[in-house]
Amino acid sequence: MSTSSIVLETVKVTKRFGDFVAVDEVSLAIPSGSFFSILGPSGCGKTTLMRMIAGFLEPTSGDIFINGKSVLDVPPNHRPVNMVFQHLALFPMMSVADNIAYGLRRRSVPKSEIAQKVREILDRVGLPDAGPKQINQLSGGQKQRIAIARCLVLTPDVLLLDEPLGALDLKLREHMKVELKQLQHEFGTTFVYITHDQSEALVMSDQVAVMNAGRFDQVGSPQELYFDPKTAFVAGFVGDTNRWSGRIDTVDAGTLQLVSNDGFRLLGHMASGQSLQPGAPADIFVRPEAIIIAREAGQLGDIANRMSGRVTSVLFNGANSRIIVHDSASDSEIFAALPQTGEFSDLSKGQEVHLGWSADKAVVFASRNHDRN
Amino acid sequence: MRSSSGVKVGLILLLAPLFLWLFLLVILPHVDMFAVSMRTRVAPRVYELSLENYAAFFTEPVYWRTFMRTAVMSILATFLTLLIGFPVAYYISKMLRGRLKATAFVFCMLPFWVSELVRTYGWMILLRESGVLSSVLQWAGIASGPVEMLYNDVAIMVGLVYTSMLFMVVPLITTMDSLDDSLIEAGYDLGGNGFTVMREVIIPHAMPGIVSGCIVVFMLTLGNYLTPVLLGGKDSLWFTEMIYDQFITRFNWELGSAFGFLLLALSSAIVWLGLRLSRQSLSEAMT
Repeated sequence: MSTSSIVLETVKVTKRFGDFVAVDEVSLAIPSGSFFSILGPSGCGKTTLMRMIAGFLEPTSGDIFINGKSVLDVPPNHRPVNMVFQHLALFPMMSVADNIAYGLRRRSVPKSEIAQKVREILDRVGLPDAGPKQINQLSGGQKQRIAIARCLVLTPDVLLLDEPLGALDLKLREHMKVELKQLQHEFGTTFVYITHDQSEALVMSDQVAVMNAGRFDQVGSPQELYFDPKTAFVAGFVGDTNRWSGRIDTVDAGTLQLVSNDGFRLLGHMASGQSLQPGAPADIFVRPEAIIIAREAGQLGDIANRMSGRVTSVLFNGANSRIIVHDSASDSEIFAALPQTGEFSDLSKGQEVHLGWSADKAVVFASRNHDRN
Repeated sequence: MRSSSGVKVGLILLLAPLFLWLFLLVILPHVDMFAVSMRTRVAPRVYELSLENYAAFFTEPVYWRTFMRTAVMSILATFLTLLIGFPVAYYISKMLRGRLKATAFVFCMLPFWVSELVRTYGWMILLRESGVLSSVLQWAGIASGPVEMLYNDVAIMVGLVYTSMLFMVVPLITTMDSLDDSLIEAGYDLGGNGFTVMREVIIPHAMPGIVSGCIVVFMLTLGNYLTPVLLGGKDSLWFTEMIYDQFITRFNWELGSAFGFLLLALSSAIVWLGLRLSRQSLSEAMT
């Protein structure tokens, strides 16, 4: 596809339940054939937004366009959108083949053609013999694939997925992430995927929208969200991070000096789009992998930020291992990623280490809710 | 050894009330009734083993015609109860939430806190010649004189459906409560309309509830005595009345017992046939 046309667009969609604003003027535009995720904590309004796109809820205001046409007056059974439900909602009273054929029967497709299409789609999701089985004979991952096949056989313009991996165990979830991405690639269907799991969103998506309290905080590629968060919420929610709250002391051409609430001085750079004045309450975020670990203070050189403390835990997880260091001066816990060279593989609890990170690895945001923290 | 025999004694003690109840109140009377039904009186206090009582049922048209009428009316009453009860149960279990749902459920049960006799008299007050409906019709000028609405088949049917409603609605609500709302939504999402979702998703799911509700309502209706007698009057011709007649009025216990057994056998046959026709099994419907 040379020019990617917009298949799904929402314009200032708002949904209120009484006084509560579940979705607050959300606008998005999703190019055809892409994998778009909406990432947010539970209760942020992502499911409400998805149900409005599917047609089960009516927006209080705003408009939804599919292929350039407003679908507000179109009931869910006539929208070119299908949904994979959180608990999949496969019909237990039907066989696998009947589940897949259900939507085709509603379209009055001839019987022979239905059988043909069911066979084809079962082949494509890698379950060619599953047709006559009952739903309760399938494993978790197989159910997943059937639920997706049941929608894809209808060749929808947009496939909505509402946290479909939530019920699976960790191992299978990791596997299904890759498989979902592959399925999306093979079918070329636009996927809109809802999740509260940042790793699902980062691994699978072309674009991720981070949603918080009914609004989109930031929309961008997984890389942009991770390396260039636009808000404190995104910085805290996407990926793991260390965080200190405090007040801005000096501002010097984008480089800030922040005095933490514990009286600790930290250097960082202003996040893009922020404007902070001295005295303003702010949060500083540092990724665990941006922190350099050293056994001697001298090994850190003249790095901007430094701390030292004792290791309180070693969280070994293969290539993704970390330590937690308790800094006695600021009485705070710091997460730091262990380098994959195995240099610190002998590090154990109670040992003294020195930590440091440069100012450009620490990003500062105006603190929105500093009273609460 | 000691512990396993201890378990056995415990199990026997636990099941003893059930077995006693089944034996003393169900099996024993039926065995005796069966023995009574299989004899005929040839002289005072002299009895002979014979099938004459059963033969009488089939040779005397009024008996089996009454039975057929009772069976057909009961099937119709069951069907009507299902037709009215299903939307009520669907509404309570799927459309209402929380407190409203509990309230609606209690309202469904409320009439059953009153005895069946009182409930039936309530219908008589409404339907009789000098009753509420008749007066309203006259007051509105639709009827010129008093209208008698009691003592016909429609009145019996109204009474039977009303009496049975709870026994249909409760199992239906229970099964439909267990239907995940997202299945209904998926039914619509994949292109179904109200009718197809009802036919392909909701009814198949509710089938065990429908079957158990229908069996209970059919059996209760078939064995009902009060409602047909009070609302149907002298011409109601309900089979239980025939049994009552034989036992109490004619003092012919032999024929009465035979009728009792025929009622049991034929109603079981009808339930079996119903299960076969709807391709359901009794064990599935009762779990």
